[in-house]
Amino acid sequence: MTQLARRTVLAVYTLIIVVPLLVVVTGAFKTRSELVDSPLGLPTSPTLANLDRVFSTQSMGTAFLNSVIVTLAAVLVSLFVASLAAFGLARIRGRWGWLVFGFLVLGMAVPAQTAIVPQYVLFRQLGLLNSLTGLVVAEVVVSLPVAVFILTGFMRTLPGELFEAASMDGAGPWRTYRSVVLPLSRPSLAAAAIFLFVITWNDLLYPLLFISTPDKRTLPLVLLGFKGEFLTDYPVLFTGVLVASAPLVIIYVFLQRYFVAGLTAGSAR
Amino acid sequence: MSRPPRSASSWRAGLRRDLPYLLFVVPAVALYGYFFALPVLQSFQYATTDWDGVSATYETVGLDNLTRVLGDDSLFTNALTNNLWFLLTVVVVQTLMSLLLAVLLVRNTRPSTFLRALFFVPAILSSVSVAFVWSFMYEPGDGLLNQGWSAIGLDSMRSSYLGEPGMAIVYVGLVQAWAHIGQLMIIFIAGLQQIPAELYEAAELDGAGTWTRFRHITWPLIAPATTIVVSYTTIQSFKAFDLILGLSGNPPSASLDILSTRIYTTYSDSEFGYAAAQSIIFMIIIAAVTVMQRRALRLSQQEV
Repeated sequence: MTQLARRTVLAVYTLIIVVPLLVVVTGAFKTRSELVDSPLGLPTSPTLANLDRVFSTQSMGTAFLNSVIVTLAAVLVSLFVASLAAFGLARIRGRWGWLVFGFLVLGMAVPAQTAIVPQYVLFRQLGLLNSLTGLVVAEVVVSLPVAVFILTGFMRTLPGELFEAASMDGAGPWRTYRSVVLPLSRPSLAAAAIFLFVITWNDLLYPLLFISTPDKRTLPLVLLGFKGEFLTDYPVLFTGVLVASAPLVIIYVFLQRYFVAGLTAGSAR
Repeated sequence: MSRPPRSASSWRAGLRRDLPYLLFVVPAVALYGYFFALPVLQSFQYATTDWDGVSATYETVGLDNLTRVLGDDSLFTNALTNNLWFLLTVVVVQTLMSLLLAVLLVRNTRPSTFLRALFFVPAILSSVSVAFVWSFMYEPGDGLLNQGWSAIGLDSMRSSYLGEPGMAIVYVGLVQAWAHIGQLMIIFIAGLQQIPAELYEAAELDGAGTWTRFRHITWPLIAPATTIVVSYTTIQSFKAFDLILGLSGNPPSASLDILSTRIYTTYSDSEFGYAAAQSIIFMIIIAAVTVMQRRALRLSQQEV
């Protein structure tokens, strides 16, 4: 391919990515009529009215806090449980290991919608509906397969001599996991953590399914509600997008390497 | 090479050796088994009832639900048709575009690395956010795309996008692709960087053109990455639930309804038994599509 064709394709695709993002970022500081009149221009007199509206009329602040709580708790629990499992699976010889691995990882190929009816009934029986704890449990379960997949893939690459050395030093399995394997797994733990963070922070299905009162809503759920409440008031919708995406974008800017590793490891089956 | 048959005692010795490690797996298996695998299995039982989710009693209706899904539910058939069009759009556009960009950005130069990072950005946004961005792009009146067409004098290209019954789901497919091309491009780049440069040099010496080199070196050697991308994209297309609700509202309009949103709507209407039957058919459809796709891919990757 000639250099000119290459440059043209890349330039066009850059516009396709950048223009919509730019419209959202600048649009959040425009009035409705300014957005329609000049969607691409910078805001002539930037307004914070949209931000005001988002935070005063909506339970955006509460939702933000709920999202933080649910995401942090779910990611930590999921990482811990998955790293235990990955360590076990990397050490078990023979078909047992593959059988359990297959069972856990199959979940990556099964959309959660296949289980929502019995899950709803189960969570209702356990009193976990409309509770952040219930939401954490659901998010942990739905993110476990991918976490096990990423971490097992890494831990299987650790050399056998490492474990022999550890057991020669008298370290039992727990000690080996805690003091040898976990520290060595830091990069893949970081990659897995970021992947889990993104899918949990952005998940809509389980909040939609389980949460019924405004005080328990998470960001994606509140954002979805915007559509019905503000209809085509795009500056307000865009402000909601900015607030909901800010944490992920900030993490992306600083931890880009882990981000790319995590999101691609999670899709590689 | 044949393995000697395992005796019961060596099996037991193996189990004794593995037992401490099996304990490490217990929390994950218990959580996942109880809260996900078990509910999936229970779907089969619910599917044979007419339970509404609230009443204390229900009737067992046997296979009635399943025959209704397959033979007598135009909403489900509509969602299935939409889902297949959506799948086709996303798989074709997403795979081709991410491969093209990967080929263009395969070298680790500074500009390439920057563009990769930029193209990746939409993948970190929530689907609801992406939906809002594109709602404005697609807005029938003053949306950005229509404004753009008018600005360059192509008024005939103006469209109501999501308001066009036949094409709406294809437009949603393009949004899905927009959000994930940059992510899958990275998988292709990793695959491309594994291909030894000597192969291309040798082919060039033999006078092979760009297309011949792509067809006979890149495409067969990148097969593992292609398989990953296509199967991941397929599952994504069946999971694309948030994007549909964000673009269409809840419940979605008929022209944007796909299988996951249909099952959710059935469930919201308190038809628990029937929604469970739909999820079983959903699982079978996913399995069938995945198997067919793997076959097709393997055929296309054989050397000709």
